Amino acid sequence: MKTLLEVKDLQVHFPLQRGLFGGAHESVKAVDGVSFTLAPGETLGLVGESGCGKTTLGRAIVRLVPPTAGSIWFQGEDLAGLSAIALRARRRELQIIFQNPYSSLNPRMTVEDIVGEALDIHKLTDSKTARHERIVELLADVGLDKDYLRRYPHEFSGGQRQRIGIARALAVKPALIICDEPVSALDVSVQAQIINLLQDLQREHGLTYLFIAHDLAVVEHISHRVMVMYLGKVVELADAKAIIRAPRHPYTQALISAVPEVDPDSKRQRIILPGDVPSPIHPPSGCPFHPRCPVAEARCRTEAPDLKEVGANHLAACHLMDQKKET
Amino acid sequence: MTLLDIKHLTLDFGSGDHAARAVDDVSLTMAAGETLCLVGESGCGKSVTAQSIARLVPTPPAAYPGGEILLNGRDVLQMSGAELRAIRGRVVSYIFQEPGASLNPVFRVGRQILESLKLHQPVRATEAEVVRLLKLVGIPAPEQRYRNYPFEMSGGMQQRVMIAMALASEPQLLVADEPTTALDVTIQAQILDLLRDLKQRLGMAILLITHNLGIVGDLADRVAVMYAGQIVELAPANDLLRRPLHPYTRALMNSVPKLRGTQDRLQAIPGNVPRTGDFPPGCRFAPRCPQAKPDCSAAPPALVEVEAGRWVRCPYWK
Repeated sequence: MKTLLEVKDLQVHFPLQRGLFGGAHESVKAVDGVSFTLAPGETLGLVGESGCGKTTLGRAIVRLVPPTAGSIWFQGEDLAGLSAIALRARRRELQIIFQNPYSSLNPRMTVEDIVGEALDIHKLTDSKTARHERIVELLADVGLDKDYLRRYPHEFSGGQRQRIGIARALAVKPALIICDEPVSALDVSVQAQIINLLQDLQREHGLTYLFIAHDLAVVEHISHRVMVMYLGKVVELADAKAIIRAPRHPYTQALISAVPEVDPDSKRQRIILPGDVPSPIHPPSGCPFHPRCPVAEARCRTEAPDLKEVGANHLAACHLMDQKKET
Repeated sequence: MTLLDIKHLTLDFGSGDHAARAVDDVSLTMAAGETLCLVGESGCGKSVTAQSIARLVPTPPAAYPGGEILLNGRDVLQMSGAELRAIRGRVVSYIFQEPGASLNPVFRVGRQILESLKLHQPVRATEAEVVRLLKLVGIPAPEQRYRNYPFEMSGGMQQRVMIAMALASEPQLLVADEPTTALDVTIQAQILDLLRDLKQRLGMAILLITHNLGIVGDLADRVAVMYAGQIVELAPANDLLRRPLHPYTRALMNSVPKLRGTQDRLQAIPGNVPRTGDFPPGCRFAPRCPQAKPDCSAAPPALVEVEAGRWVRCPYWK
């Protein structure tokens, strides 16, 4: 399998300020040893609850936040070690679409300038007419009329703004787009439009997505594979259908069972997890999920489980998986 | 017994030529102990309808040109300030989407619940009663949590405190406006479980506002679907989820991906949600409706009872 992106043991820690002379050095371990690969043309869904590190991981890949340790191999180069100048050239291949289409567009720029800025920075068009034509083409790609060129963001609805954000990302012909909760701020009836658009664009332009979201049904629908994070660590990674239909990790099982379902006749058992997600400053010892896990054992409290193969293309980080294999 | 009877409620923002009608001819009833879900997208009027029950929408800018809101048989729209204070909290309590924004950041949560008790149940306004309420909403170690400030609690815990505060006055109706939208799914499951449990134990009616149809199946007895200021479908919850009749309800259910679904492509609804004050003529969903006929935009359709207990605002629902 060809790989476009390979993330190896990535860590992103945010140090906490502790007064003038400092106390013990503490840090928020937002991403704590994450490894995965992405194949060209693939969509990898990334799910988890707030504070699990999914947004930080997405931002670290495009170096919007500096990684503390680990490597990000992209097209044969380690992004983690690149200088600012080298990084700028690389960013042409890496784009990001943000959650909030209201705050991620400059209110004082017209649509033409928002999309055109990307072309200018990377000097992708050599004349004014070429620039104009490319912008019109990009807007058409995302389903917006060229009459909108001179309008400002406030004149658009949330769904249309998200389309502008997508056009801006596409302007530089990227290979990989990090989609950070691109539909969660939109009205339910508009979400499907944007999801369909992202799928169409992937097919037409051969795009690769890292799709970050908390809505499991959306993630299952759009992703080829799904990765579940808890407290900065990957707990399960598998094909989308396999992970939703037959989740192996107790956290994934609880997460899926907690999704309220429309079907009134569905007879599933809901697993209600006690308590909240613990603080990432002092994550629990051993398996980070053990304080809330319904099936935790003595060893889960002391030993951190590794992410291991538990089935075909199916990885999970749970001690109880070994036992099942042994018996 | 009818607890709440909203009749032809109309609400405008602004006045004269600039009036924007946010709620248009909304009628619904709620029996004591019933759970009704009000479902709709942003700007459909679901929140202002619910806030009107205790007259929480400031007038002006809002105005009520018509309709009645009968709470235990008395019209809330005609009540004086003193009468409104008597029903707020005591008959109707509210919880909102952002528990952090609803709590006062500079007071300990115990004191805030105590304040609610002092106002509504002065005889029972004791620390022991607050601890009992905190226990009722499933807060562990309530004696310690009593002394917490809101920022020391997670979103789920804050929402439990809000629910405890709302329950302090033993209301007949709890209005929950998107109570779990700001919470993670595992915490959302905890809060929905708590609401279901409290409903059974205390027998209060719940008006739950949401945009998530999944929550409807979980909790509701009946559902009202709103679009552009109007109720478009009103039905028993399971009937509506099994067989939605209005084209908007159907389109909405088809556009949402389902867990373990098999569709390759979602059936998107074209266009955008119309803005308040800019609703299309005739049937308001017609411009986005896959089944629209030429006459749909001509005359506004009426909400008609098409089967026992099932109301639909569309002449072509079959």
